[in-house]
Amino acid sequence: MRFGNKSQLKKRDRRTKVGAIGFLAPSLIGVFLFFILPFFVVIYYSMIDNPVSGEFVWFENFVNVAKNGAFKLAGKNTLKFSFIAMPLAVVLSLLLAIMLDKEIPLRSHFRTFFLTPMMVPVASIVLIVQVMFHYNGAVNDFLGAFGVAKTDWLKSDYAQVVIIFLFLWKNLGYNMILFLAGLESIPKELMEVAYLENANSWQIFWNIKIRYLSPTILFVTILSLINSFKVFREIYLLTGGYPYDALYMLQHFMNNTFKSLDYQKLSTAAIIMSFVMIIIIGILFIAENKFGKDVEE
Amino acid sequence: MIKKWSSLPKRRRNELIQIGIFTILAIIFAFIFLTPIVLTITNSFMSQTEINANYGAVFAKTEKGGKVFISEKVNLHFIPDIVSFSQYITVLFKSPDYLIKFWNSVILVVPIVVFQLAVALFAAYGFTRAKGKLKEIVFFSYIILMLMPYQVTLVPNYLVANWLKIIDTKWAIWLPGIASPFAVYLLTKFMRRIPSSYIEAAQIDGAGEWQIFRKICVPLCKSCLYSVAILVFIDYWNMVEQPLILLNDPEQHPLSVFLSQINSGETGLAFAVATIYMVPGLLVFLYGEDYLVEGIMYQGGIKG
Repeated sequence: MRFGNKSQLKKRDRRTKVGAIGFLAPSLIGVFLFFILPFFVVIYYSMIDNPVSGEFVWFENFVNVAKNGAFKLAGKNTLKFSFIAMPLAVVLSLLLAIMLDKEIPLRSHFRTFFLTPMMVPVASIVLIVQVMFHYNGAVNDFLGAFGVAKTDWLKSDYAQVVIIFLFLWKNLGYNMILFLAGLESIPKELMEVAYLENANSWQIFWNIKIRYLSPTILFVTILSLINSFKVFREIYLLTGGYPYDALYMLQHFMNNTFKSLDYQKLSTAAIIMSFVMIIIIGILFIAENKFGKDVEE
Repeated sequence: MIKKWSSLPKRRRNELIQIGIFTILAIIFAFIFLTPIVLTITNSFMSQTEINANYGAVFAKTEKGGKVFISEKVNLHFIPDIVSFSQYITVLFKSPDYLIKFWNSVILVVPIVVFQLAVALFAAYGFTRAKGKLKEIVFFSYIILMLMPYQVTLVPNYLVANWLKIIDTKWAIWLPGIASPFAVYLLTKFMRRIPSSYIEAAQIDGAGEWQIFRKICVPLCKSCLYSVAILVFIDYWNMVEQPLILLNDPEQHPLSVFLSQINSGETGLAFAVATIYMVPGLLVFLYGEDYLVEGIMYQGGIKG
């Protein structure tokens, strides 16, 4: 009787296993075919001379790409953009969330307003952004009232300001929701106790809210960093494939390399970037393990 | 009024001041967030003459002849002088180009949303039911893949599309889109929260995997499916990188790419097209804001 039960259980376990693989199959095949398998080919391409001779040159391609002026410029611009956009995205979206966490009038309407940009394709608003940031545009007009000299934003060293504006416009709502969820998870009793003990709202903010939000802050920080690498779209729509130097990003480098179909350069650049991404993602995981536990305890 | 104010306890007063400041800040933010959208929509109801008059200073250089009054400065008008539907009439009836591009967008995006979700539902169930170290590793690689930017993923995509000889066809966009791990990730996170007692109870009643999937997991995931559908839809509706690299023929490009190439003589038209392009997203938002918010919340914390 006992034995019978055991083998039945085993049978069920095996069935579950086979079933699970069956359910996973379509997705696994797709991911394997379109991402994993070709990625190994990309690694292979990054280490050979050219696809015809297939001679191994090890890291020569990496040295060449690292020396490439366009790649350096693109890398520098991308990093510069990321390290300005990321902290702004975190601080401003936290501010939005804290605003909506208070009992301000029309709260749910404000939430809707802040989220709307997420649903609007960038392509739809590039025209109006061009009008705003043009030499004769509205932003110069506005700043002119304070005596600031006119600049042609998209063709100046300040070009990244426009893109940072668009990046924040698009991403703040999303981050805000993550922070709102974090704020909601703070135990209400804790706040009540603090209130009864006459803590002022500044103390409550720093000692309770920020402490409880630290995993969310970390998550949003790294998510913003990752998203900031994706900022090619806005620039392409505003300025086309060959923008002003300050806006030349890694994706431009890739696009232009695609046009010449230089597989070695493409593959090598992709590998370098995936390395950087894996490091960032690794930090995210390690940090999440550490901080996530800290708060739960 | 003043007496009332001063009779309030200090704490309450501070709170009210704080709420006042936050309200003003919120209004400023909302204004900045909504201005580009509102301006695009209202400007689409202006005639080309009015557009030229307002934005001549920006677009004048490439304008073809025509004697219009061009002001020195740009005038951002929230409300058109005369409401005109002429741009829409041109877009909808006279120049089919834009409608074709809009249709391209629909044709590229809808199959991706439908099939990515379908594939992901199965996979999420698989990930929920499977056990062991290997599953963890596979799921982890899905997460890494999901976080990779296009600079990295487009190279492998291009290579495969090249082998399969599907470059320049819609399949080059569809297939990697359908295989994309994003929906799998979110749905798995959601399905894991279904109490295992539900599934065990069904197993004791003799239900097979297919029945558990069909009768328990899919119905419970309904709201999450809406959320994921919205997130996938806006992502691809906004796509630019993939068509630029995988579709060489501009005729096949979606409206998102085409909009940036409308020449400056047709700025008025561009506003109308841009507005039409916003409509699906805004409609989805109008009916599904809560699902969208839930979808974002599922993502809080990568591992979950």
